[in-house]
Amino acid sequence: MRTVFSILQIIMLIVIAPLVSGLITKIKNNVRLRRGQSVFQPYYNLAKLFSKEEVISEHTSWIFSVTPYVVFASTVTALFLVPTFIAKNPQGCMGDLFLLVFILSLGRFFLALAGLDSGSAFGGMGSSREMFISSFAEPAAILVFFAVSLSAGSTNLGAVTTGGFRLSWLVAAVSLLLVVLAETSRIPVDNQETHLELTMVHEAMILEYSGRSLALIELASYVKQIVFFSLLGAIVWPCMAAASAGYAEIIAALAAYLLKIAGLVLVVALVEVSLAKMRLFRVVDFLYFSFVIALVAVIAAVFGV
Amino acid sequence: MLNLFNISISFLHDPLSLFFVFTILLISLPSVIYSLGYLKGEYSLKKRFYGLTLFTIFVISMCLVVTVDNALMFLICWELMSLVSYFLVIFDHENEKSIRAGTIYVVMMHIGTAFIAAAFLIMYKHAGSFDFAALKAACQSMPIATKNLLFVFFLLGFGTKAGIVPLHIWLPLAHPQAPSHISSLMSGVMIKTAIYGIIRFIIFVLGVSSLWWGNLVLILAAFSCLIGVIYALMEHDIKKLLAYHSVENIGIILLGVGACMVFLQCNLPYMAVFSLAAGLYHLINHAIFKSLLFLCAGSVYKVTGTRDMEKLGGLIKKMPWTAAAFLMGAMAISALPPLNGFVSEWLILQTFFLGMLKVSGGLKVFFALCAAALALTGGLAAACFVKAFGITFLAMPRSSKAKEAKEVVFSMKAGMVFLSALTLIFGLAAGVIFKVLAAIAQSIVAADAPAMNFSLNNFTLATVSDNPTYLSPLAVALVLVAVMAVTAILVFVVAGKARVKKYGTWDCGYYKLTGRNEYTSTAFSKPFRIAFSFFLRPYRKTEKIRESFYHVKAFKYETFTTPVFKKYIYAPILAITFGSARLMRRIQPGSIHLYIAYIFVTIVTLIIFMKIF
Repeated sequence: MRTVFSILQIIMLIVIAPLVSGLITKIKNNVRLRRGQSVFQPYYNLAKLFSKEEVISEHTSWIFSVTPYVVFASTVTALFLVPTFIAKNPQGCMGDLFLLVFILSLGRFFLALAGLDSGSAFGGMGSSREMFISSFAEPAAILVFFAVSLSAGSTNLGAVTTGGFRLSWLVAAVSLLLVVLAETSRIPVDNQETHLELTMVHEAMILEYSGRSLALIELASYVKQIVFFSLLGAIVWPCMAAASAGYAEIIAALAAYLLKIAGLVLVVALVEVSLAKMRLFRVVDFLYFSFVIALVAVIAAVFGV
Repeated sequence: MLNLFNISISFLHDPLSLFFVFTILLISLPSVIYSLGYLKGEYSLKKRFYGLTLFTIFVISMCLVVTVDNALMFLICWELMSLVSYFLVIFDHENEKSIRAGTIYVVMMHIGTAFIAAAFLIMYKHAGSFDFAALKAACQSMPIATKNLLFVFFLLGFGTKAGIVPLHIWLPLAHPQAPSHISSLMSGVMIKTAIYGIIRFIIFVLGVSSLWWGNLVLILAAFSCLIGVIYALMEHDIKKLLAYHSVENIGIILLGVGACMVFLQCNLPYMAVFSLAAGLYHLINHAIFKSLLFLCAGSVYKVTGTRDMEKLGGLIKKMPWTAAAFLMGAMAISALPPLNGFVSEWLILQTFFLGMLKVSGGLKVFFALCAAALALTGGLAAACFVKAFGITFLAMPRSSKAKEAKEVVFSMKAGMVFLSALTLIFGLAAGVIFKVLAAIAQSIVAADAPAMNFSLNNFTLATVSDNPTYLSPLAVALVLVAVMAVTAILVFVVAGKARVKKYGTWDCGYYKLTGRNEYTSTAFSKPFRIAFSFFLRPYRKTEKIRESFYHVKAFKYETFTTPVFKKYIYAPILAITFGSARLMRRIQPGSIHLYIAYIFVTIVTLIIFMKIF
């Protein structure tokens, strides 16, 4: 029963993942006084891509073909690990919060290799930048996990779900928000809306993909986004129902969860419209800043705040 | 037992020694199989025989180093190991680079050995014997100042062999120069004997007696990790890149060992066992994937004749086996699940996290910083191996040599496949392996405590705390494969059979892409070069090659990083040494009369000395 529940939960999250991106785009457009595309546009795009023919570069190897599947699988596996609205069972699970970092880097590793595989300079540039940004984001993410897990005394999946609200968690959440902006290719780190040659990061890396491969990679990006949003939501407002609880409680937790995601959608959209994209090398300062905030969170957590 | 010069030689067979012997033999086996194909065609029969003999002596000497139980014998074996490996480094002695690397290697080794020998002599003075048991007993009653001195001597001595920063300068020179199966043994196993020395002599014999010992080891380890990986990112010589990663991984191993020393001092035997076992786990993992990577690099070198990544590319189509093996090694070293490197890095992260819960005060934040250093190292290592694999094996060849590459012979493939399989096995069977390692660690640091076990079952790890956490690499692997399979089936059901068209890469309307248009290794690491420019101090040389004033025929661009350690630490020391040598020369003018006068004065002085005292 529990397994069925958790698989259902994951399918639901995969289904709503594109909607999150659609909402962000819609809000951004509305704030800019444009009507903007429908919030369901990401679904239309995916449907179109799935039905299209693929064009693959003749220089590529099998790495290029398996990458969409590896990326998608690793992101969905991350979804198993992230706290959402039903409290995770801390016992007998396959891993913990640290595993989240490792599993996401599996997908990123293959995506970066695929970027190099076509022999295009754009792909190489994208891979180089993606690895550059993520390697600086990783220490901050680990410190955030340290800070939120200290009070529970464990990094297991129960850790984030059991605690009440803490000041150190709020500080950690601020740090994680910066990491999330970097990891989900948002302004001020990257810009999803542009294909401008010299500023692309994520888009450059996947430039050679088309058809169903591109659809899988896009879907994986949406899922990755919801992974990070769920995590951030759980840290800001840890409010989850036990898996054994009644339906009323689970529905209440689901409503709270959706509310949290909606709040984050609003925050990210507003951040995106109100900031300009940074130069690539300023991103390092941005992530150092996030690291320092995470360190403050750890120190606060050590003092039990 | 045999009695030689009044030293009784007997061998240790405690779990730690057996573990190291196992590791050495585990790596030697594929290396020797690989060498059969690797040396063939490259060297004459006589030279091959010579190489095999040296190889055998090398392996035996390493096994002896980790098993003898007498400090004097240890030194003899240690010296034997260093000398044999020196001859292996200069195996291609026609090459001037090899001679240079060998010289630096042998000098650095002897500086290290001098410290170890000095430490043994000090211990001998207290113990009256060279036996480990007697030394251990004598160390119990030693004054703390002596212990501190011994610790520093051992750390310097073994640190030189291990290649911790800033004693690492020989490593990126010597390891790449040796033939590849030797590089794999040197990087995979030989530098681990120094870790054995640290565990055996500092933790076991000497006994950790100050908190700063562990802290110092942790700081050195964290810097080794970061500096090793940053230099590796800047390399485009594939074997040198791997050698710098050895510096990094020795740092990761020492993070486990250093944490163990801190826990021992804080009286936390449970944590000490956990962290030492985590360090040992990374040790054997690194032995596996680093020797694998060196063997793959050797295959590439044998086939293409170059180690420069900027001249390679596209090899995945020509050498599918080597490419797949290198990919396994690259994934393992980048700590990607479910391979082995991931398990041990997770364990070391857990060491710091659990340590934070147990220790008090500023140590907590220090531990968090160590974990952050490890995380940054992990990220950079992944970037480095995307570069190493992507530039070497993917896309189009960048030179005619790479274009004409062919897959290597069976024996070389066998060696690589064997080690690739080990990276997977040591990841999936984490539970059972960690159980064994915990027993080994316990025999060193907390032998009299009840047996400790951190494995839930044969495939699942658990941590020691009130609220434990679990990791099952097998479950991760199964979920990954299951999701991949389900996705592939669903995509097929929804969208039908794939319709694929092959076409050229998008070239912006340019005529046709060639290997010259690809991203290079230097370009790939450019963002990192800029981000770490405060440390790397990069500079570049540009040159226009002109046909006439109006026509620039070619443009040459080279970029370098300042070798900070060489320039600011070693160069001044060398300058002082040479300066004093020049001063000494003044009293040696070559006149025999003067030398007789020296001898005469010495004898007179000695006679006076004897009479007075």
